[in-house]
Amino acid sequence: MTQATTLKKPRISEMFSLSGATGPLIGLIVLCVFLSLSTESFLTVRNLLNILDQITVLGIMAVGMTFVILIGGIDLAVGSVLALAMMVMGYLANQVGYPLEIAIVVALLAAAASGAVSGLLITLFNVPAFISTLAMMSIARGLANMVTDGQQIVGFPAWFSMLAFTRHAGFLTFTVAVMLVVFVLGWLFLRYTSGGRSLYAIGGNPEVARLAGIHVGLMTVGVYITSALLAGLAGIVLAMRLDSVQPTAGFTYELDTIAAVVIGGTSLSGGQGGIIGTIIGVLIIGVLRNGLNLLGVSPFTQAVVIGIVIALAVAAEAFKKR
Amino acid sequence: MTSQDPPILSLRNIYKSYGPIEVLHGIDLDVRPGEVVALLGENGAGKSTLSKIISGTVRPSSGEMTWQGAPYAPATPREAIDAGVGMIHQELMLLPHLTIAENVFVGRYPKKNGKVDRRAMEEKAYSGLQRLGLDVAASRVVEGLSTANQQLIEIAKALTLNAKLLILDEPTAALGGEETRKLFEQIARLKAEGVGIIYISHRLEEIRQIADRVVVMRDGAKVKEFDTADVPVRTIVEAMVGRNLERMFPALPTPEDDTVLEVKNLSCPKGRFSDVNFKVRRGEIFGIAGLVGAGRTELVRAIVGADPIASGQVLLDDEDITPKTPRDAIRRGIVLVPEDRKLQGLVLEHSIAENIGYANLNKVSKGGLITARRVQDFADANIAKFGVKGAGRQNAGELSGGNQQKVVIAKWLARDPKVVVLDEPTRGIDVGARSSIYDIIVGLAQNGVAVIVVSSDLEEVLGVSNRIMVMAAGRQAGILDHKDANDVSVMELATA
Repeated sequence: MTQATTLKKPRISEMFSLSGATGPLIGLIVLCVFLSLSTESFLTVRNLLNILDQITVLGIMAVGMTFVILIGGIDLAVGSVLALAMMVMGYLANQVGYPLEIAIVVALLAAAASGAVSGLLITLFNVPAFISTLAMMSIARGLANMVTDGQQIVGFPAWFSMLAFTRHAGFLTFTVAVMLVVFVLGWLFLRYTSGGRSLYAIGGNPEVARLAGIHVGLMTVGVYITSALLAGLAGIVLAMRLDSVQPTAGFTYELDTIAAVVIGGTSLSGGQGGIIGTIIGVLIIGVLRNGLNLLGVSPFTQAVVIGIVIALAVAAEAFKKR
Repeated sequence: MTSQDPPILSLRNIYKSYGPIEVLHGIDLDVRPGEVVALLGENGAGKSTLSKIISGTVRPSSGEMTWQGAPYAPATPREAIDAGVGMIHQELMLLPHLTIAENVFVGRYPKKNGKVDRRAMEEKAYSGLQRLGLDVAASRVVEGLSTANQQLIEIAKALTLNAKLLILDEPTAALGGEETRKLFEQIARLKAEGVGIIYISHRLEEIRQIADRVVVMRDGAKVKEFDTADVPVRTIVEAMVGRNLERMFPALPTPEDDTVLEVKNLSCPKGRFSDVNFKVRRGEIFGIAGLVGAGRTELVRAIVGADPIASGQVLLDDEDITPKTPRDAIRRGIVLVPEDRKLQGLVLEHSIAENIGYANLNKVSKGGLITARRVQDFADANIAKFGVKGAGRQNAGELSGGNQQKVVIAKWLARDPKVVVLDEPTRGIDVGARSSIYDIIVGLAQNGVAVIVVSSDLEEVLGVSNRIMVMAAGRQAGILDHKDANDVSVMELATA
């Protein structure tokens, strides 16, 4: 038998492997350099902290969406599930009078339940992910409206909204810390657990994964539950930031979330990508929004610019592969 | 009979590389009007790449093509079709929900007053089908037609192109005798009309019937050219494989007495097989032979839990373990090396190490955690054991068929399985790599594994099995001992 060639190198660099996200990283750096030179306020501690605050909701949802897209799925319901979780929390805390902590737990459970429904539709009834989450998008939005008949709820205890504003150690708000914890857990899960590695196998080829003894159905349901749960968590964080909840919150957030994941190099066909890329994708969208505001670009033009960036990022990645 | 007309198509020095890997090394080829050039070679010899270059799907890295005396460099299939080059692909490329007529004329629908003329389209398609002896309405959708009929539609599609050069890539792979005869009549007619034909096939007997010249490729180069098709099959095959043909099977293992796997009255819910009974002993290689459609793959997939079981039992060491999912079977130590490596065995875009890891996630994790390093080391140890030529970090898709198959086997053997089922273990693998797969199979049995080998290659089942079960139309037709089994006794049972 011939000896196989084994390549051994220290792989610390690989631990933080960008797996296809080098392009987006370069893009992010170029963007930051450009904004630092063209505006005075971009490169200030205060502004950078602002950006972190602004991306918390998107960042938390994007981690769940990364899992979903990695297994070759899609979750269109996250924006609506975010609103549902907000309304359940607001209703239970302010109108029923439960302690806020309990209200938050129930809200997260409601979000998780909606994810479970999407996941079961996909695995048990073979409904395409696009359709089942499209249905859930409509159902969750409707339920969110039904909770208060479309009314918003304002005014939570002061400690609640301060979680989004008090900077511990001079920089870290609670909400940003939540996002960072979600990032780290998501990264550890994908990289270092058998569950995480299974997601890559499922996305690469579900039949191969099934024949390899991976519990494809269970993992799929788990992924949609996680995505919905994180969308719910993002809803709670948004409520902290706004100090109010309304059933229209999170409208079209699913598209921003998908965009962030895809810009970060995770392949829509599944099996390739990761959290580091997604973080870069989230930062690109956050920095771009912030920078365009600083430059005084109108919101309408901003939408055009962001659309162009999405198209360019994905086209560049596809071009590189050829 | 070699026509002395100037060639309609000439290739000179055609090279093609994908990244650093060169797959065609300077091919020269001429096709004259009215001749059939047979293009032969093993899988991976470069025949398909070459035909894709001619038909405009792939562009060569360098080299020149001349078409009817003028330079020819099609950038798209459309340009090739417009120039008069028709290609019939090996894989069927029909749109299942469209009608036969729409498929035949896709992209070039006949028009009248700016509208698609459905009537003319259906009439023309129908007459094309009739020439091939296929009598179905052209307004019928393609879905549900047999593979052979779909293949005939592909051929009809090419015939209506009025091409001056036709490339046929394994056109008879799905056809029966009568359909093949009709196709050959059409080829003869096209030849008489002066159409040049490049004919790719693995059925060497056909080549002798219809080809005028034979070109043999191996490993991306043209290795031999015969100016007549009247060449002994053996000579052609030796040119294809590049050495003489004696296939080497290792000495058979000696089974022990105790039964490891027993299958009792096993039946399939869809009726693909029924009432199958057999036992496999420790250290035994149990072959399963039969014609395509006899239910062999379905049977072994049921045994490993990949397909449902209607009734019956699977016993492992006398314990009923009838599996419901592949996970059940794997936990008990029954593993499958599936029929289709690319669709069922490997995630091609992922590395070898990851692929091996997917089947062994519990082994490479420590306290629930997995590191890339541990996956890599685990894979490196296992690929070294099986002589895979490649490194753990390489993508599985970059390997040759033989090495891919070794990776699929390696990913299971790390689990010390009790029963290994191999479905068509050497399909699409070149002759050289086959013998090392046989060595692995026999080595498994010598280590006390009960091995089941399903194969359509008669010589292979005969060569590696202690006993052979022959299946016919979902039934178990008989079990033959190695010493009683030969191609005649097996085929008698298979067609019984």
